[in-house]
Amino acid sequence: MSVVEIRAAEKTYSNGVRALLPVDLTVGAGEFVTLLGPSGCGKSTLLNMVAGLLAPSAGSVRVADGQRVSFVFQEATLMPWARVADNVRLPLDLTGVGGEAASQRVNEALRLVGLEKFAQARPRELSGGMQMRASIARSLVTEPSLLLMDEPFGALDEITRNRLDDELLRLRRERNLTVLFVTHSIHEAVYLSDRVIVMAVRPGRVVDEIAVVPSVARSDAFRVSTEFAAIAKRLQDALLAASSHADEALA
Amino acid sequence: MKTLRRALPAFVVGAVLLATWQGWVTTFDIPPFLVPSPLLVLKTLVNDWPVLGGALLVTLKVTFLSLLCAVVLGVAVAFAFVQSRWIESAFFPYAVLLQVTPIVAIAPLIIIWVQSPTLSLVICATIVAIFPVIANTTLGLRSVNPGLANLFRMHRASRWQTLIRLRVPSALPYFFGGLRIASGLALIGAVVAEFVAGTGGTGTGLAYQILQAGYQLNIPRMFAALALIAATGVLLFLLMGALSRWALGGWHESVLRPGEGSG
Repeated sequence: MSVVEIRAAEKTYSNGVRALLPVDLTVGAGEFVTLLGPSGCGKSTLLNMVAGLLAPSAGSVRVADGQRVSFVFQEATLMPWARVADNVRLPLDLTGVGGEAASQRVNEALRLVGLEKFAQARPRELSGGMQMRASIARSLVTEPSLLLMDEPFGALDEITRNRLDDELLRLRRERNLTVLFVTHSIHEAVYLSDRVIVMAVRPGRVVDEIAVVPSVARSDAFRVSTEFAAIAKRLQDALLAASSHADEALA
Repeated sequence: MKTLRRALPAFVVGAVLLATWQGWVTTFDIPPFLVPSPLLVLKTLVNDWPVLGGALLVTLKVTFLSLLCAVVLGVAVAFAFVQSRWIESAFFPYAVLLQVTPIVAIAPLIIIWVQSPTLSLVICATIVAIFPVIANTTLGLRSVNPGLANLFRMHRASRWQTLIRLRVPSALPYFFGGLRIASGLALIGAVVAEFVAGTGGTGTGLAYQILQAGYQLNIPRMFAALALIAATGVLLFLLMGALSRWALGGWHESVLRPGEGSG
């Protein structure tokens, strides 16, 4: 059963710039799919179309009925004036979920990301990694089935990023989430994904698709295994091939 | 204690200036109708308090009423501006017009048109004070984090929810910046308008006292009235600062002390 169906969706801006050539992509239930590519390849554009924040110029982007969609932005985008718990509660407030049920879900979401002790803190009192956790808690509070993430850990240091990667995989398992993830990090793509969509620039387009089926569990050991390195190399080759074509076309 | 220590340099400078002034006047025996000594000004302030205190109350009343009007009307106009670009482009030039027209030029007209002396002064001072409230609040209501705006859109927040939960809190720091400027302008507007009205004999505020003291060459009283206006201005500024710290306390960069913010 597919959760997201993208059929020949493309984006051309009114000034004639082609941000994204037609893309076909199907994301199955429970799948973790990553859009990997350099800046300007249209990966965020594609994600924003799935989120409904952007309409395709042609083609169609369909999210299956009954899916609860949450979006995690590149930055934590918390309201600086509100406490962490109130930030996490925001989606419930906006959709009219109140009272005891809401409080329970807020506490549960904070517990999932390990921020239960910081419910009453202000965002500025948290580190970058903790702010991102709060942002993820906010996306989980609506109990989503489809999680859209736009380079959520891009601004964090590597150790924090690796830890959050692990937490994301755990949440995905526990909550049976379908995830569409955007990144420009090859290593993050290999570590997290079931399937990587490789994208290229000028114009933004999909150039390759590589399945990641590790024979070992995803862990620190997997990060340094030869299998990990081999998949990373395939992805890197695909990215390089695409960018050298683009450079030739320019020359 | 920390606040006291930070205020200390300003107090030292003030004390040195006053002492120099006092020493200069006594040493060279400057006549009080040219430059009164600080001590004489203080004595006049105490002796003439029945007159000056009443005048201060009148000026304070006009200042606060006009500041209130400027805030209420200015915020209302800003809300209207952010509802549609059309409203803003249609009316913003007239807000600017209000700002650039010298109040001394229109005050006589307003004083002729409006019967109540207090009301006419309040209208003048409001015209002077309203622009920073309009401009800053409009800017603030538009200065919303685009990510948060997207989040509100994704959750299908109503216009009202977006206004109350996102736009208004985002605008608060800008609003308080405008309020601080407007409070000073309201005082200036009140004094200037009264200068104009004073010649018509309707005023009883501090500006009227300055005019009267000038006619009578009662320079110490003139200085005492001036000192009261200056003190009022400083107090207003401090009051607005405190209000801003209270409202933005704990979250906005402008009210956090260095080292308190996140790393």
